[in-house]
Amino acid sequence: MATSPKLASTGPAAAPAVDASGAIATADVEVALESLSQWQLAWRRFKRHKMALLGLGIFGVMVAIAILGPILVPYNPLDIPGSPIPGGTGPALNHPFGTDNNGRDVLTMVLNGARISVAIGFFSMSIAGLTGVIVGAVSGFAGGIVDNLLMRLVDVLFAIPFLFVILVAARFFGQGSVVALILIFGLLSWPLIARLVRASFLSLREADFVEAARAVGVSNVRITFRHILPNALGPVIVAMTLLMASNIVLEAFVSYLGFGISEDQTSWGNALSNAQTALIFGNWWWAFFPGMAIALTVLSINFIGDGLRDALDPRARA
Amino acid sequence: MSAPPASQAPAAGAAPAPRPDREVLLRIQDLVKYYPIMGGVLRRHVGDVKAVDGVSLDLGKGEVLGLVGESGCGKTTLGRSVLYLQKPTSGKVVFDGRDMSNLSARELRRIRKRMQIIFQDPYGSLNPRMPVLDIIGEGLVAQGITDSKTRIKKVEDALETVGLRRDYTRRYPHEFSGGQRQRIGIARALVLEPDFIVCDEAVSALDVSIQSQILNLLLDLREAFGFTYLFIAHNLSVIEYISDRVGVMYLGKLVELADTTETFNNPRHPYTVALLSAIPDPDPRVHKKRLVLKGDVPSPAAPPSGCRFHTRCWLREQLGNPENCSTEDPPFRELSTGHRVACHYAEQVSSERVSSAAAKAPAVVSADVGDVAEIPFPSLQPPGAPPA
Amino acid sequence: MSDAVLGPGVPPPPDVLLEVRDLRTYFHVMDGTVPAVDGVSFSIKRGETMGLVGESGCGKSVTSLTIMRLLDIPPAEIASGEIWFDGRDLLRLPESEMREVRGNDITMIFQEPMTSLNPVFTIGDQIGEAVQQHRHVSKKAGWDRAVEMLRLVGIPGPERRAKQYPHEMSGGMRQRVMIAMALACDPKLVVADEPTTALDVTIQAQILELIKALQQETGAALLLITHDLAVVAETVQQAAVMYAGKIVETGSVEDVILRPKHPYTEGLLRSIPSHVARGQRLNVIKGTVPNPFRMPVGCRFEPRCPYAFEPCHDHEPPLQAPSGDQSQGVACWLHVPEAQRPGRAVAPASPPAPSQPVVPVESVSRQ
Repeated sequence: MATSPKLASTGPAAAPAVDASGAIATADVEVALESLSQWQLAWRRFKRHKMALLGLGIFGVMVAIAILGPILVPYNPLDIPGSPIPGGTGPALNHPFGTDNNGRDVLTMVLNGARISVAIGFFSMSIAGLTGVIVGAVSGFAGGIVDNLLMRLVDVLFAIPFLFVILVAARFFGQGSVVALILIFGLLSWPLIARLVRASFLSLREADFVEAARAVGVSNVRITFRHILPNALGPVIVAMTLLMASNIVLEAFVSYLGFGISEDQTSWGNALSNAQTALIFGNWWWAFFPGMAIALTVLSINFIGDGLRDALDPRARA
Repeated sequence: MSAPPASQAPAAGAAPAPRPDREVLLRIQDLVKYYPIMGGVLRRHVGDVKAVDGVSLDLGKGEVLGLVGESGCGKTTLGRSVLYLQKPTSGKVVFDGRDMSNLSARELRRIRKRMQIIFQDPYGSLNPRMPVLDIIGEGLVAQGITDSKTRIKKVEDALETVGLRRDYTRRYPHEFSGGQRQRIGIARALVLEPDFIVCDEAVSALDVSIQSQILNLLLDLREAFGFTYLFIAHNLSVIEYISDRVGVMYLGKLVELADTTETFNNPRHPYTVALLSAIPDPDPRVHKKRLVLKGDVPSPAAPPSGCRFHTRCWLREQLGNPENCSTEDPPFRELSTGHRVACHYAEQVSSERVSSAAAKAPAVVSADVGDVAEIPFPSLQPPGAPPA
Repeated sequence: MSDAVLGPGVPPPPDVLLEVRDLRTYFHVMDGTVPAVDGVSFSIKRGETMGLVGESGCGKSVTSLTIMRLLDIPPAEIASGEIWFDGRDLLRLPESEMREVRGNDITMIFQEPMTSLNPVFTIGDQIGEAVQQHRHVSKKAGWDRAVEMLRLVGIPGPERRAKQYPHEMSGGMRQRVMIAMALACDPKLVVADEPTTALDVTIQAQILELIKALQQETGAALLLITHDLAVVAETVQQAAVMYAGKIVETGSVEDVILRPKHPYTEGLLRSIPSHVARGQRLNVIKGTVPNPFRMPVGCRFEPRCPYAFEPCHDHEPPLQAPSGDQSQGVACWLHVPEAQRPGRAVAPASPPAPSQPVVPVESVSRQ
C-alpha cells in the first residue's frame, strides 16, 4: 500500500482546525511533493490505457512519416522504370511492398500518401475545431437570438447531404488540390463541434464556480475563457480526434472515386483506386498496403480517442 | 487580513440584539422573481414559475438571519436575487442605502465586493482547473487589486483565517476534502472584505463533524469582522444554532419571521408548527409525535389561490371560516414585536389547538390523508435548559 | 457478543438472523488499497432493528453492499469474514443461490428513489417483477400483490398509481414505492441505506413513521444506515457506530446516545446542533478522517482523540464489552482497565456524559 512520492494527496488531507485561540492547530497534513494539475492527471489516466498508448505510438509513427516524407522514400516516385509489367511485382527485398503495374514502388506510395492523408485529416480537423469552438462558445454564452440564428445555421448545414456536396465541391473547386480539400472538409464538419461546445457551455454556465466568479465581479469575457472553455474542452477534444479519423477515411473515399486528389499526387485513396484493376490479376499488394495504412491510422486514432475520453472525464478521480 | 484578534464581542450565549437597535444594512421590498415558462409550438410565454413571490425583509448590520424552507420554497432564488446574480422580476433591493436596480453594470460589479456568497456544493463551487491562488485571488483582480504581491499576501492571509495553510495556494481543488474546499470557498468570500455574505446551504453537504467546524468558523468570523449573514438552510437545528432571527418560507413567500427563540418556542404559522414537529429528536427517550402534512408541496408554477398553504393546512378544519383561507392571501403582518406571520388565524395557533387537531384525526400514516399522528409536540426545549 | 464464543464456520443460534463476523472489504485502486470495511462484526436478531451510524467514508454503505453482495469484485475484494444469514454463510453461496436471497429474503431501500426506479416501466411492473421472480407466480398475481403493497405503504388510489411511471410521482411518493418493493416478497431483513437523506424534512418524517409502522407490522428485521443520529434515535433499538472502517461502539440506542463510551461517539453527539443548549458552542472534533492509504497503526481515532493516552498510538483496541456488560461494545483503551497501569499519568476512566456538559477545549469561545 505504499504510495509513490510523486503522488499528490488524493485522500482527504487533515485540515488544521482553527482552535479556540485563533491559532492554527497542529497540522498533520500529508506532505505531497508535487501538485498535479488537471491536465497532468488526465495524462496519468491516459497512460493507463494500453491500447491508447499503442494507438499513440502508431499514430506518432504516421505523423513522423508524414513530416519526414521525402527523406524516407527509397525511390523517387516520379521515376518510372523501363518496362511496365502488368500487375506489377510482388513484395521482394528491393520492393518490400511490391510495385504497381508501372513498376513504381508501393512502399514509396504509402509513405508519400501518409503525408497527404495525415495533413488533410489534421488540418481539416483544426479548422473544424477552431470554427466550431468559436461558434459554439458564442452561441452557448450569448444565448437568445444569436444562439438561435447560429443553431439554425448549424441545422441547415447538417441537413445538406454531406457526401454529394463534397464530391461536387471537390470536383469543381478542389481541382484535386490538397489545400482545397482541407478547406472543404473543415468547413463542412465544424457544425458537429459547435453543437458539442454549445452543449457544454449551456451546462457549465449554470455551474456554481461560474456563479462564484460572477459574484466576485469577474467579467463575462474572462469567465468564458478562464472558467468555461477549459472545462468544456474535454468532449470536444475527443470529438476532434475522431473527426480527424473520419476525415482521413473520407479523403480516401473521395479520392478513390476520383473526385479528390489528382493523379499526379499519391494519396492512399488514389492508390486504392488504381489498384482495383490489379486485384483481378491476384496482385494483392498494391491495394493491400495502402489499405492497411488507412486502417491502421484510423484504428490508432480511435484508440487514442478512447483513451482521451476516459482521461478527460471530469468525474474521474486521479 | 491578519488572523482575527482576541475579540471583545459578547459571548455566543448572549441574547441577540433586538432588531430596532441594529442599523439596516439590506432592505428587501416586495421582491419577486418569476421564471417564464415557454410552451406550445410557437414557444409563447404560457406561465411562470413563481419562485419568489413578494418577499419583504430587513437585515440589520452584524446579524445572522436564517432562512429556512423545503424544496421549492424559493430561498435559494431569494439569496441569488438579493445579490443580483439573478435579476429580480420586480421589487427593490436596497443595500446600504443604494438601490441596486439603479446601478450601472460597472457600479454593480464594484458593489459586489461588499456582498459575497458561499455555495453549497464544495465540489462544484471551485473550478477544478484553477489553482487555489487564482480561485481566491480572482476576485481581487476583478476589483482592481492587480499588484501580485499584495494579492498573494491577501490570499494567504485569507487561507490562514479559515484555518488552512498558506502554502495551499499552489494546490488544486481535487486535492482537498469537502470541508477544506468549503473553507476555500469561505476564503474566497472573505478575501474581498465584504459586509454581507449569503451562505447558501453552506454546510448542508458536509459531514456532521465538519459541519460543526465550519459553523463555528462562521461564527468566529462574524465576531471578528462583523459580517452580516443571510444563512439559507433546510436543517432546522443548524438554523436554530446559528441564527439571530429566522424567516420561514413556503412556495415563494415568507410565512413567519421572528427571533430564533421565539420562532422555535412559539411558532404561529401552521406550516412552521408542522416543520418543527418533523425534526427528529436525537434523544431516544422522547417519542415525538408529529404533524404529518397532507400530500406534496404544490408546484410553484401553479400555487393555490388565497393562502398558499391552505391545501395542506391542518388548522383549517378547526376554523369557523375556512373559506377565507382559500380566497384571501393573508398579509404578512406583525403579531407581536418583531414577530410577523402570514396567517389569518395566527392567534389561534397554540399547543392546545395542535392537540385537538391531533385528537380528531385517525392515526394512520397515509400520504394523502391529513393525519396528525398525535398530541403535544413540544419536546422543544425552553431556552437555557440543558439537553435532555 | 455471541461471535466471541463460536468459531468460524459455525452458524449462530437460530434467533440470530444476521451475523457479520470480522468482515473485511478492500478496494484496489490505482493509488493503493482502501480498507473500506476492516474487521466489522455485529449481529441482528429476528425482528430486531439496528442502526449503522457514521460519517462519509466510514464504510457503512460498503458493509451493506457486501451483505447484499452487490459489489463489483474487482476492484472490490471481500478479503475475509463470514456473513451468516438465516443459518447460511452468504459469502460462501454461489451467485445463483444468492440471487434467491437478494430481493426476496433480504431487500434494500436506497437513498435516491429516482435513480433506483426504472423510468421506462410502470410502478406496478417493477414491484410485480420482483414478486414474479421470487414467488414464481403469474404476472397478474404479481400485479395484484404490487397494488396491495402500494396500499400498505399508504399510497391512495393504488390501482391507479400502479399504472404510473416514476417521473409522475414526487420524491416522497417514490420512496414509498421503494419501500413497497422492499416489502413485496415478505423479506426477513430490510436494509435501508440513507432512505430519507434526499428528502425534505416533512417528508422525511412521514417516511420514518412509515418504516417504523411497517417494521412492527411485518416483523421484518431492519438494518438502517445513516449519518443522522437523530434518525437512529427515532427509528431503531440497537446502534453501531462506525469510524474508518471499524465499529467503535455498539449497544442499545439509549446507551449509545445517552451514555456514549467512545470518544468519537461523544464528539459526534456534541457536534450536532440540536444537542447543545442555545448559547454554547458546538464541539469540534479536530482534524479529519485518516487517509485510507495510510491508516494509523493503533487506534484509528487516536490522532483526533482528546483523551488519547499511551497505548492508543501503537495498539488497536479490540471491540469488547465494557465492564462485563455483554449488551454493549466499545473499541477503546479507556474502557480496558488493564491498559491503565498504576503510576502513570491519570487517564480519565470514561469520557464525561453529555448531561454534565464538560466543555472540551476546542469549543471554548474566544476569550
